Amino acid sequence: MSIRDTTGDPARQAVEAVWRVESTRIIGGLTRYTGDFALAEDVAQEALAEALVSWPRDGVPESPAGWLMAVGRRRAIDAFRRRSLRDEKYAVIARDAARTGSVDGSDTDPTPEDLLDPDRIDDDRLALLFIACHPVLSKESQVALTLRAVAGLGTDQIARTFLVPVPTIQARITRAKKTLGAARVPFGVPAAEDRAERLSSVLNVIYLIFTEGSSASVGEDWIRIDLAAEAIRLARTLVQLVPDEPEAYGLLALCELTAARFPARVGPDGEPVLLADQDRRRWDRSAIRRGTAALAKDSSFGRGLGPYGLQAAIAACHAVAPSVDETDWDRIVVLYEALGRIAPSPVVELNRAVAVSMAQGPEAALPLVDDLVARDVLRGSQLLPSVRGELLIKLGRSEEARQELELAIRLTQNARERAVLERKIAGLP
Amino acid sequence: MPKYMVIMRSTDETLAAFENVDFNEIMDQMGRYNDQLIKAGVLVAAEGLDGAPGVVIDYSSQPPVVTDGPYGETKELFAGFWILNVASEEEAVEWARRAPLAGPGSKAEIRRVASIDEFPQDNEWIQKERAWREANGQL
Repeated sequence: MSIRDTTGDPARQAVEAVWRVESTRIIGGLTRYTGDFALAEDVAQEALAEALVSWPRDGVPESPAGWLMAVGRRRAIDAFRRRSLRDEKYAVIARDAARTGSVDGSDTDPTPEDLLDPDRIDDDRLALLFIACHPVLSKESQVALTLRAVAGLGTDQIARTFLVPVPTIQARITRAKKTLGAARVPFGVPAAEDRAERLSSVLNVIYLIFTEGSSASVGEDWIRIDLAAEAIRLARTLVQLVPDEPEAYGLLALCELTAARFPARVGPDGEPVLLADQDRRRWDRSAIRRGTAALAKDSSFGRGLGPYGLQAAIAACHAVAPSVDETDWDRIVVLYEALGRIAPSPVVELNRAVAVSMAQGPEAALPLVDDLVARDVLRGSQLLPSVRGELLIKLGRSEEARQELELAIRLTQNARERAVLERKIAGLP
Repeated sequence: MPKYMVIMRSTDETLAAFENVDFNEIMDQMGRYNDQLIKAGVLVAAEGLDGAPGVVIDYSSQPPVVTDGPYGETKELFAGFWILNVASEEEAVEWARRAPLAGPGSKAEIRRVASIDEFPQDNEWIQKERAWREANGQL
């Protein structure tokens, strides 16, 4: 079996690969040069577009990063000249650039190699993550900008992955950059007092990318980017850049431990396989090992697990259990209780009820589910009636179970899930 | 995401040239390179092989013939490897190009690592291998 893409254009793939490796260095360097992230991202993309035309024709340059940086820098100076026609501030910058060859007016203009300073890469990469995930941006803009500016994906790759037209992604990124400019968001690592909120936003965006990838429909187009893998890469990068942040390890652990189950989550006909029915031999043991190590690191700070760490700890209970029955459900109940306190949500409560049912039996779990029903939460979702129906089956209350499962069938949008529910009804006495 | 092995290959000529290079300098360059791989989230594993002469077994005849290592024959030596978790072979090539391996006769070979999922799953040995991997968390 060859996974080499023989249908694509090899020259294009070579450019894309260079971009993957170098994009943060180039965008970071250009942002420091211009003092303007939006402009830097624009000119970096222009340099990439130019590479896509010229490298296939003239060959890949000796220093691909230097080439991209040189083109980006030239485009930035052009942009300043254009802007100088309508804005006095830029006129001054452009005059300085003309006089000294330098945008900042200093006597020595940095060369493309200076801008590719290897000692700045860590700070640049972190600053890029923070700016792309800035709380002033919408979630979808944060995701698009992070994938393009930090993960080094092309707009067309992102568009294919989210099954939307290229101009839609383009528009999200353009809007995001305008918002950052309007909000005067500086490029850099946030100040200490903002750090917790900003980091939480970065963690959230990486997790969104992960869940987008992990919930993607099965049998998907091969050309789509593996978003879950991209998220894991970003999380691995993050723990290197902020090694003192426990929740970064918690997020990495959660992603690794969840992804470990991916090989077993789809049946031979492409149908989803529930955790209880998965062939655990197919779980990715090296991912479990990495996830468990990241979780141990999170715990080692002695500051208590956060929302990601707690979810990772739950995933770890499953990962190390030989079977559903041999799972430490008591521990999972306790972890869900803790998660429900620091990150309350009806879905967490429902999951806790499922764990209680496994640990103590359906009669202990039913009141928890009934409480959710009484509070009228999760309305319109099939989750609540399908869990309640399952508990009623176990309690032998078939007629009530049938009604709940029928309600769940009416609410579900997913054909495969509907089939599973219909099988359950058919199995009722 | 697929995995690729970047295999360091060198010749006697390469090794001779490296003898003149400061060991701390090599450590520094290699350390920086590995750090880049780690920070990009792509490094899965890496090992370097001991420089001492090993042993070669030739199976052309039976029983196989065991000789001292391939040194002095200017044949290519397998000197170590990285395993990278990257999006494509092109990306693996890009990372490998940056490795601090410059020297006469020095090469790297890039090969995709096959996954156990690609073998027949009903084969009893594959099932045993799965169980072994399950037990010790091997790649």
